[in-house]
Amino acid sequence: MKDFPYSESKDTRSGFGAGLQELGKTNPNVVALCADLVGSLKMDAFIKDNPERFFQVGIAEANMMGLAAGLTIGGKIPFTGTFANFSTGRVYDQIRQSIAYSQKNVKICASHAGLTLGEDGATHQILEDIGMMKMLPHMTVINPCDYNQTKAATIAIADHEGPVYLRFGRPVVPVFTPADQEFIIGKAVVLNEGTDVSIFATGHLVWKAILAGKLLAEKGINAEIINIHTIKPLDAEAILNSVRKTRCVVTAEEHQLNGGLGDSVAQLLAREEPLPLEMVGVNDSFGESGTPDQLMEKYGLNEAAIVAAVEKVMARRK
Amino acid sequence: MTQPIAPAPPISLEPKSVPQLKQIAAQVRRDIVRMVHAVSSGHPGGSLGCTDLLVALYFKVMKHNPEFSMDGIGEDLFFLSNGHISATLYSVLARSGYFPVSELNTFRKLDSRLQGHPTTAEHLPGIRIASGSLGQGLSVATGAAQAKKLNNDDRTVYVLMGDGELEEGQVWEAALYAPHHKVDNLIAIVDRNGQQIDGPTEKIGGLGDLRAKFEAFGWQVLEADGNQFETLLPALEEAKSLLGNGKPVMFLMDTQMGFGVDYMMGTHKWHGTAPNDEQLEKALQQLLVEEASDY
Repeated sequence: MKDFPYSESKDTRSGFGAGLQELGKTNPNVVALCADLVGSLKMDAFIKDNPERFFQVGIAEANMMGLAAGLTIGGKIPFTGTFANFSTGRVYDQIRQSIAYSQKNVKICASHAGLTLGEDGATHQILEDIGMMKMLPHMTVINPCDYNQTKAATIAIADHEGPVYLRFGRPVVPVFTPADQEFIIGKAVVLNEGTDVSIFATGHLVWKAILAGKLLAEKGINAEIINIHTIKPLDAEAILNSVRKTRCVVTAEEHQLNGGLGDSVAQLLAREEPLPLEMVGVNDSFGESGTPDQLMEKYGLNEAAIVAAVEKVMARRK
Repeated sequence: MTQPIAPAPPISLEPKSVPQLKQIAAQVRRDIVRMVHAVSSGHPGGSLGCTDLLVALYFKVMKHNPEFSMDGIGEDLFFLSNGHISATLYSVLARSGYFPVSELNTFRKLDSRLQGHPTTAEHLPGIRIASGSLGQGLSVATGAAQAKKLNNDDRTVYVLMGDGELEEGQVWEAALYAPHHKVDNLIAIVDRNGQQIDGPTEKIGGLGDLRAKFEAFGWQVLEADGNQFETLLPALEEAKSLLGNGKPVMFLMDTQMGFGVDYMMGTHKWHGTAPNDEQLEKALQQLLVEEASDY
């Protein structure tokens, strides 16, 4: 098992803020909108540098999505910022008609996704957002794993023509991907090559998969760990190449099992390469208040849950 | 017994006199009733009521280019938020030269660019946003107006909404935002026909005093009859004169649903119903145009 040294932990939302600040310097067409959550989204630096290119919308997310669609007419590249819950479920029809169906070049940037939002509880812990967004035609769905990758993804999506959903979160997690990485939309990243099982993880669960890989190595299991930072379009080639070697699969995500990464991988396997699959995610349940670590343990989204899923799926492998 | 809409060259975009605008409006109304009749579906009531406005905008008031570009730099932009009156917009766009008039015959049919509600998905020239799910156009138009300001483009953004549409909450989010952000290159228009699908707006939604509501939100508000060019054109001129004052402009436009076809007027019953063969002939007899310009 490869080692993944890191010297600091940071929140992925700060990676978004840093990426947006850089775009402010490099791309004059980038504009930003926020629905009364500037501090939470780490947008302060962009706003300080570019006050004329920032629009404070207030607590009016539906209006924000419409404004963003309108700003594209005239060549702007709008980045909207609010919590993942208010970026998706609250404004689904606005995104569907004014952005996705209209093929507008809007970047929907969503923080505090999933259980790790923590103590605020289930009203804010959206676990359905990936599913809603990936169902929309034309929509690209990205869920990076750490600060550096979120920064790189933020910069990369400005050069992608079309609507994008960029999902990130609140807690600090190890910064283990390179600061100078090239972020290629739709291109999975092989973190550890292995032969016994394929672990496909996204977002915060990528680090948990690395921790699980170490535990599995101690048991003599050689796991292939792949970071699926782009859920749509899915890197089918990388996934199929891996499973044809390992013959069994575990997916891991901070999302409902219905509609998430596991669901996309299951569709692909069923069509192309039917193989045993176990999925780590939230099983048809809302979250609740608690610390991020407590919640990830209670809802089975940690390294222990991944190890258990690996053992189960390897036992099923013929 | 019904003939398709005949091919015709575009009408010139030189600003028109009132008699000329009336002829074009009659032509557009003939297109509308034929389009909805041909597919036995669509929304003739609101479409006929807003015909004079769209004719005034596209043949008199707006600077626009049928050589369509999505960004519309240096042009006035029009957004249709109440997308169900698409037949009016399609007719006005075709008659302006955005696409062939004969394409109006594909309205609401399979593989057409003229979808039931307007969409950019089929790349129909003249359409900049999909609409149909109500309440979204004011936000989009406000964003486009802010993009114009960022681009130092001094042209104007127009948006039309239905009055029943004002029951959507998003409209009021945008109504709060636009004055607060001094979006003063925006003219919003409400089609105040007082009707919606289930009946009169005052019975269904209780819209009440819209002038007082929008003024309280910080808009400059004007009102006029939208079915008489003699009142509509001065109102649009007045609306333009109010631009650049630090506040957006709201034009509450009184219309009659079904205007121009007597049996469709004064009722919500023709909101989403198409005429039969006999009713079509009756409508066409009431919508006369000079022979030279008719199809």
